[in-house]
Amino acid sequence: MTYPFFPLPDDQRPDFKSIAGKYKAPEKHAQLLVIGAGPAGIAAAIEGARAGVTVMLVDEHPISPALMGMDVPFQFGGRMDGSVQNQERMLEQVLGSNEELALAFELGVEIELSTYAWGAWIEAPGLHSLPCPIVGLANESRSWLVSFDRLVLATGARDLNLSFEGSDQPGVMGAQALHALLIRYDAFAGRRLVVIGSDELALKTALLAIARGLEVAAIIEAHSEPAGPADLLAALAAKGVELITRHVPLKARGNAEGVTGLTISAVDGSGTSREIACDTVCLALGVVPVVELLDVLGLKPVLDATRGGWIGKAGADGATDAPQIYVAGDCAGLGGDAVAQGKAASLAALRSLGREVEASSAAPAPAGPDVLAYRSFWMRTMLATGGRDVLACVCEEVTRGELLGVQPPRYLGWRWNAMGRRDLGTLAKDGPLNQDQVKRLTRACMGQCQARRCREQVAMLLEIESGAEAGSVPLAGYRAPVRPLPLATLADMEEHPDMGPGWDVWFGIPTQWIHFKDIGTEREREQLGENVHL
Amino acid sequence: MSGNGASVIIIGGGVTGLSAAWWLAREGVDVLVLEKGIVGWEASGRNGGGCTHYMSPLFEEEQRLWPQMDELLGYPTEYQRERIIFSVDSTQVTFYRRMIQGKMPPQFKWDELDARQVREAVPLAGDNAAGGVHLHFGGHANPQRTVQAYAFALQDLGGRILQHTAVTGLESEGGKIKAVLTTRGRFACDQLVVAAGPQCGGLLAMVGVDLPMAPARAEMIVTEPLPLMPLGGVDGNGLYGRQTLRGNLAYGGGPHEWLENVPAEGEPPRPSTPVLRNLARRLYELFPKAAHVRVIRSWAGVIENTPDGRPVLERLGSPENVTVATMSSVGFGLSPATGHAIRDLVMDGQCGFADLSTLKLDRFKDVPADWRRRQGWYQPGAEAGLELAA
Ligand SMILES: Cc1cc2nc3c(=O)[nH]c(=O)nc-3n(C[C@H](O)[C@H](O)[C@H](O)COP(=O)(O)OP(=O)(O)OC[C@H]3O[C@@H](n4cnc5c(N)ncnc54)[C@H](O)[C@@H]3O)c2cc1C
Ligand SMILES: Cc1cc2nc3c(=O)[nH]c(=O)nc-3n(C[C@H](O)[C@H](O)[C@H](O)COP(=O)(O)OP(=O)(O)OC[C@H]3O[C@@H](n4cnc5c(N)ncnc54)[C@H](O)[C@@H]3O)c2cc1C
Repeated sequence: MTYPFFPLPDDQRPDFKSIAGKYKAPEKHAQLLVIGAGPAGIAAAIEGARAGVTVMLVDEHPISPALMGMDVPFQFGGRMDGSVQNQERMLEQVLGSNEELALAFELGVEIELSTYAWGAWIEAPGLHSLPCPIVGLANESRSWLVSFDRLVLATGARDLNLSFEGSDQPGVMGAQALHALLIRYDAFAGRRLVVIGSDELALKTALLAIARGLEVAAIIEAHSEPAGPADLLAALAAKGVELITRHVPLKARGNAEGVTGLTISAVDGSGTSREIACDTVCLALGVVPVVELLDVLGLKPVLDATRGGWIGKAGADGATDAPQIYVAGDCAGLGGDAVAQGKAASLAALRSLGREVEASSAAPAPAGPDVLAYRSFWMRTMLATGGRDVLACVCEEVTRGELLGVQPPRYLGWRWNAMGRRDLGTLAKDGPLNQDQVKRLTRACMGQCQARRCREQVAMLLEIESGAEAGSVPLAGYRAPVRPLPLATLADMEEHPDMGPGWDVWFGIPTQWIHFKDIGTEREREQLGENVHL
Repeated sequence: MSGNGASVIIIGGGVTGLSAAWWLAREGVDVLVLEKGIVGWEASGRNGGGCTHYMSPLFEEEQRLWPQMDELLGYPTEYQRERIIFSVDSTQVTFYRRMIQGKMPPQFKWDELDARQVREAVPLAGDNAAGGVHLHFGGHANPQRTVQAYAFALQDLGGRILQHTAVTGLESEGGKIKAVLTTRGRFACDQLVVAAGPQCGGLLAMVGVDLPMAPARAEMIVTEPLPLMPLGGVDGNGLYGRQTLRGNLAYGGGPHEWLENVPAEGEPPRPSTPVLRNLARRLYELFPKAAHVRVIRSWAGVIENTPDGRPVLERLGSPENVTVATMSSVGFGLSPATGHAIRDLVMDGQCGFADLSTLKLDRFKDVPADWRRRQGWYQPGAEAGLELAA
């Protein structure tokens, strides 16, 4: 055999089977693209519009009922009422509940609601083929790409879930979901709630529910003292809401419509329990900053236990390590002034585009309590009281015991007993635990909710079982699409003209699939490039 | 060999290195795998799981071994037999037939399927199905489970794996490698196996052996689970992949991106990209009845390729105690057989069951330094170090 092994392209042109030159121009361009229309994102968009750049503001609400049913992006727990089926009504409702959004619209911001940002890319190591920075958008019927000069991620926070027996039935939901259903959607189907947790989030959630005419049966706290501020506690006490400390949920009872009651268990080991009638259990043990797009962009989130856990890494003006990308609001750390941060990030982005705007920065979120310690205590207590048969991952039906035993999924029906000698301990001996590795073995976190309901609790269980410090197991990675979207929606039906002709199952190397006995014979020349990849 | 070292050291804890180590450990050889990250973290844990490499001298051994691997290893690989490949374009069907006819040894049976037969065999296929082939051999497995199965089985036999240990240098004396230098110290060896995927070239360069390689990134998508089809190993329409035993559709194909190089230490970057829309389109065309099924994730892996896209699998003449195994992007399926071949090369100096003469390194002796540019195997705008990679 002599070089070349097959005919080479003319003029050393890039391999036609590679991605080089195959991106179509994005559908639209925004000088400033903002993801998330909460207080931070709206403030950012408004600043941009005032400075005269083209601004697009994207938010996924109102969410399609299909995604709500999958607990995406919040843990809705099936407690939305029938009105969410009416998308037009929902759109009106979401707009009507938000005056600032109307202002942004008047200022000329292009607002895309019911639109998911499912991916974001800039030129990065291993990715030099992009023609420009790109965000992937979609609604339930189609997907498209937009390009941007500057991107502000103001993606907020989602729910934190800790499961217990029966918590996979309708009626067990998260505080963010409840907040959204009450305020943005006016579409909450429950009447009588038990609120789990007692920090500021939980107490505000309970007060909000009461203000909306709902009944709060009890607030449950695992610690011996409530975690939230005294004034909120006093306000709840004045409303006659019972605070039950040193207890955790043990089991939700229910019928076809979902939860009808909650059994709580004392954490003192006495085994005493109590029944509380309710139709909704609202988990308010914390919220999780939404850092998925940052991770997709290659901007690794950082751990800050006093600001909500894994958060976007940024300076006081929201600038990240990538010059095109800014973060603001809850996704950059809980507890800050979202509006001030949104404004500061936008102004910094505008300045970097050469616009003459005032210099501005927002005070970083003040350090709050250690959320990891708080959550970890809860997890530990729920593991001790609820045991190992409780599901750790709902989608994939992996119990805590199976997770910690690092056992293959049940549907494999594995018969050999070598596996029985393996567990988290043997795995940990071979190197620091990695959530993605455990995921591959057990399938915990591999499900259709994209691990929104289990990511944090699985990490905590791994840490507790292996005696590792809270937060020490590295964050399981995020990948596009960061919302679960139908094949037909994601499908690009208007590709670059070279995409089809240049498509190959594999690399398209003309010699790769030649039978070894034909190599160096006349038969090889005849078959070059014609072989089928099996 | 005792102390800080092993009789055989294997660089790389992908399927190739782990399978080789497992085969050697079965013979009672004292073997140590050095892996810079976690076992199977690179291509070996990110691939399509296809096990049907008809063009390879290792094909018959690949086909013989896979059906036994669960039992031999004692851990699940999720291996499933047989494949259906069908198309939504009739010219492609003719092409499949032409390519398979006369290629397969007679013991490997296959049938042609017309459009109706495809729809019967593949519940997710639609009215656009044009026809295909049903191979009564070949198959697919779960790469992540398989990697771990090799690793566990190896440990059960007393073999050792050191994760988070990157090889940074090779120490030679008298035409042999005496020891490898790593981020966790020096390890002496009698024999060395280089099975470091895309890093094989860089490692061999340390001892003056030239192995031209080009790394590239390729990506896949996966959907939420669906009811199981009678046969999971179904692909076509420009895609490779399978329905997993859990029911997810996991498919890849299409354009790769050529990378300048792979870092000597640390993980290579492997972002997945908007190409997922092009994959989604082809999967939707292949399985119109899965139009509503939601894509839940994408991923990418970095792949090794030699200038002709074929493996290098050889016990070198100099240094004479080194065996090289780089699989040029088709290494998962072949891994049970590759490990067997490496065992033979290490222990007997030659492969006892297959003719590996087409996989020797010397076929690249005339490859020019600028081969990547000539072949177009580069990404414009990211060409630094291209020539050096030769
Ligand atoms: C019950 C409750 C009571 C509260 N009470 C108070 C209070 O009294 N005072 C106070 O200061 N704060 C309060 N907060 C907190 C306050 O709501 C948040 O701090 C604030 O909303 C954060 O603003 P943000 O703009 O960062 O994020 P958010 O308001 O969460 O907005 C982010 C938006 O981005 C969307 N999004 C995320 N990812 C994507 C994507 N990929 N594509 C499209 N859209 C996406 C989200 O769905 C969301 O609509 C309360 C919160 C709760 C839950
Ligand atoms: C998306 C995709 C789809 C694919 N589909 C298929 C398919 O369907 N069928 C198939 O057969 N093949 C497929 N492949 C190819 C297949 O995955 C690879 O050929 C195979 O995994 C190579 O295995 P390996 O062990 O040789 O290399 P790798 O998996 O790359 O492993 C090499 C290991 O060596 C380690 N290493 C490197 N340098 C050092 C060092 N200096 N010190 C210590 N350790 C080091 C690396 O960390 C790595 O873990 C696919 C690949 C990809 C990415």
